[in-house]
Amino acid sequence: MTLTLLDWFSLFINFFGASLLAVGGAISAAPEMHRFLVDEHHWLDDATFASSITVAQSAPGPNVLFVAVMGMNVGLIASGGVQAGWPAWAYGMMTAYTALIGMLIPSGLLTLFITKLAHKHKDLSIVRSFKAGLAPIVVGLLLSAGYVLNIHNNHPSSDWPLWIVTLVSAILVWKTKVHLLLLIGSGALLGGLGWLQA
Amino acid sequence: MTQHLKRGPVSRWDLFWSFTKLALQGFGGVLTIVQRELVEKKQWLTNEEFVEDWSIAQVLPGPNVINLGLMIGQRHFGFSGAMTAAAGLMLIPSLVVLSLALMYGSISDNPITQNALMGMNAVVAGLIIATGLKLLPALKKNPLGYSLCIFVVALTVVLLNVFKLPTVWILLVMGGGCTYWANQQLKKAKQSELIE
Repeated sequence: MTLTLLDWFSLFINFFGASLLAVGGAISAAPEMHRFLVDEHHWLDDATFASSITVAQSAPGPNVLFVAVMGMNVGLIASGGVQAGWPAWAYGMMTAYTALIGMLIPSGLLTLFITKLAHKHKDLSIVRSFKAGLAPIVVGLLLSAGYVLNIHNNHPSSDWPLWIVTLVSAILVWKTKVHLLLLIGSGALLGGLGWLQA
Repeated sequence: MTQHLKRGPVSRWDLFWSFTKLALQGFGGVLTIVQRELVEKKQWLTNEEFVEDWSIAQVLPGPNVINLGLMIGQRHFGFSGAMTAAAGLMLIPSLVVLSLALMYGSISDNPITQNALMGMNAVVAGLIIATGLKLLPALKKNPLGYSLCIFVVALTVVLLNVFKLPTVWILLVMGGGCTYWANQQLKKAKQSELIE
């Protein structure tokens, strides 16, 4: 089963629609993506959907790239999976970028438009007030990353090693110039060794 | 009074490669490394400018770090700059991510891999918190005043984590309130300027 032209269009337009829903980050639109990818079109199953997000978040680069991974999996699965060799892979690359570009266009254009407008009127008090007013809230959002990322499974009894890792990482990055990759690698190592399971 | 040198990317190529290098180091997300590189090392933005830009990038729909890249790119080289920055953040990184996804899709079922990812994510949460901490001093110059800002920061953290209020609600209600208050403060400052 390969994708029809209508499928290609649907893929593009669905991600296009999800773009403006992604307030606070691409991940905010994940439930909507689940709806059309898994529930409506059955292009992906739950496991593939979830692992697409995980792979992209662990890999370097902006997290929005999980959209490309999902798109790739749609094309891969539709053309026979990894075992179907490089034609499936090439197909997957095309669906990957179809999804990603669809996702980026609406929000990207809006950002460019708003920024240009804000710059043109930057001395207008409403623009300055908006930037000033939002600043502390946005900092508060960042400080809530532990919750926002929802990486801790709400089991405080067994989660505490993870929280310690978060705390130590935060302090090290805040107060020292330790290399970020070193920290991330250490976290992966500790986790892989099973030391973070209480 | 020292002259503040306005630094920035020297060319679109510089813009592209800088963002590419940032993205490729950004395991778990690019924000922390962007703040470290662009503010602390390259000094393309001051901390205050970063907070302002990040606020807009965060509030507008879409991937926030991409919004930030678009804004910075547009500032220096217009529309082509915005495209260059976005390409830097995503072109080569997407090839890397897709290759990794292709190769390691199967090992994601492995419990060791899952535990390693959990450890990694715990570190990344710490990185983001640290970025928030580093941005706190940038609030000192905020028209709301530092103490009010700290109060708002604390309130946001509590409402989000303890009361689990939706982010959109917080942004709308508190955002609206703070914008209004900032406007009042700015008006007051302007008036006292006129009187002098």
